[in-house]
Amino acid sequence: MLGERGLEVVIYLCGISAIVFVLGIFFFVFKEAFPILGNSHFSLSQFLFSEQWYPTSEVNKRYGVLAMIAGTFSVTGLAMVIAVPFGVGTAIYLSEFCGSRVRETLKVVIELLAAIPSVVWGFIGLTVMSRLIVKYTGAPVGVNVLNGAIVLALMSVPIIVSIGEDALKAVPDSYREAGLALGATRWQLVWRVLLPAAKNGLLAAVLLGVGRGVGETMAVLMATGHAVHIPHSIFDSVRTLTANIAAELGEAPAGSDHYRVLFLIGVLLFLMTFVVNLTADLIVRGIRKR
Amino acid sequence: MFTETPQVRRKLRQERIAKWAFSGMAASMIIPLVLIIGYLVQRAWPSLRLSFLVDVPMHGMKEGGIWPALVGTIYLVVISLAVSAPVGVLAAVYLNEYARDNWFNRIINLAVINLAGVPSIVHALFGLGAFVYAAQFGRSIISASLTLAIMTLPVIIASTREALASVPRSFREACWNVGATRWQTIKAVVLPNSISGILTGIILQVSRAAGETAPIMFTGAVFFKAVQKGDLFPYTLREQCMALSMHLYTLATQVPGVRESIPFATAVVLLGAVLLVNATAIVVRAYLRSRKKW
Repeated sequence: MLGERGLEVVIYLCGISAIVFVLGIFFFVFKEAFPILGNSHFSLSQFLFSEQWYPTSEVNKRYGVLAMIAGTFSVTGLAMVIAVPFGVGTAIYLSEFCGSRVRETLKVVIELLAAIPSVVWGFIGLTVMSRLIVKYTGAPVGVNVLNGAIVLALMSVPIIVSIGEDALKAVPDSYREAGLALGATRWQLVWRVLLPAAKNGLLAAVLLGVGRGVGETMAVLMATGHAVHIPHSIFDSVRTLTANIAAELGEAPAGSDHYRVLFLIGVLLFLMTFVVNLTADLIVRGIRKR
Repeated sequence: MFTETPQVRRKLRQERIAKWAFSGMAASMIIPLVLIIGYLVQRAWPSLRLSFLVDVPMHGMKEGGIWPALVGTIYLVVISLAVSAPVGVLAAVYLNEYARDNWFNRIINLAVINLAGVPSIVHALFGLGAFVYAAQFGRSIISASLTLAIMTLPVIIASTREALASVPRSFREACWNVGATRWQTIKAVVLPNSISGILTGIILQVSRAAGETAPIMFTGAVFFKAVQKGDLFPYTLREQCMALSMHLYTLATQVPGVRESIPFATAVVLLGAVLLVNATAIVVRAYLRSRKKW
């Protein structure tokens, strides 16, 4: 009905759709944010470097997102501190220590772990983790940086494991054989040979985890509390960039300054994750080429 | 003949410790998860009845079931799948079968990777700007589904592409040599041989779309919608709908005085559905892989 030529045109259009969508996302989000940039009582430096966020104040509107940037990075950073050792350790166990049956089972479990929806993670943070945190640390509130970080760590471990395992697999077997032939133990092999050889891949795995952490919305919205201020300890409640959009977009009238600033935060998030993912991709690509 | 020197003993001990440490790390990811799921199920138990699925929420959502949210999620998933499956599969066909390794196609690859990395809340902003306002679909099932479709596109592209790439080149060459065109080859040889990967991608898309909350929150999902109990077609495409993921968020954070076990039961249903779908993907993949002849 279409003929082969016609079909190939359709296939081509689908092929370039990803570009269209990425550009479209940037265009539409930026388009909604753009008018605020020319607004007289808005300045970009205040937006990035002020921690005062009073979007609905009558007399003294302030649109500073520094506190939320700090929130995003404190939660993501702590999440990585928890997730990286466990993720890399699990990847090492999978690729070097366990038998093939255990490996298949573990990979299935990790795949299922990755499938758990973020809103369910948020619910777990809100109901299970927060109670445990209050009980064992004596913190006044259970929804805080630590809670968000634990939840995010559990969410990003699967990515770190699967990319990290790929990185370890990419190390040629001859390296392992050479090490074993010299009488090295597996631990020495891992520590002295495999980790140095796979370090770029592991770095990419961590970066993808960071990308996931920065972009995660529902889980941190529910698990980190709602305080807009720069955290001083891991038991402080914070608000992340993503959670701020999710929490306030519903009450910001379309076209208002508040609404446009929320879209500007979206532009900021888009650019941040773009850079992180691009870097991770370049590293992964560099490995494949070798 | 061989006696262990202290050095060898130390090395062996080191090896055992390392093995235990790493297996401990693997276990410490999984055991808490099992405990948490067990806890959720236990708390949800009083509400986990079949009637919970087909009842509608009552008394300001403090009682009753989740029927409207369940149906809403099915609407969103089916429509987003109808858009993203064909586009995603054909995009993968283009990338794997037609594209040469030049700068333009490297940019496409980059775009796919970045599309997968765009935060879900940014997808929500895009859906709001593009579908709700610019295309004037309003806050509706159609806007929410399209947003979900774009968000889940990379899942299908990645999975299909991997499957296409695993079909040996000799299969294609054999087909070309008997005079088939590119598309005939794809249709007769490449796609049938990569069906397992395509199916897996589609199933994973379903699970992803069912679980997402942020992208639909502002584009078409709504807190509450009055629906008849057991009504299979309560929504039209231009209306807003309830969705399981959104319902869980609402119950957990916005409804004071809801009966304790209801949010837990909603979480268990959502989690159960997603894990079931994923388990299906794993089984399908294993089955079709075991039948592969190369």
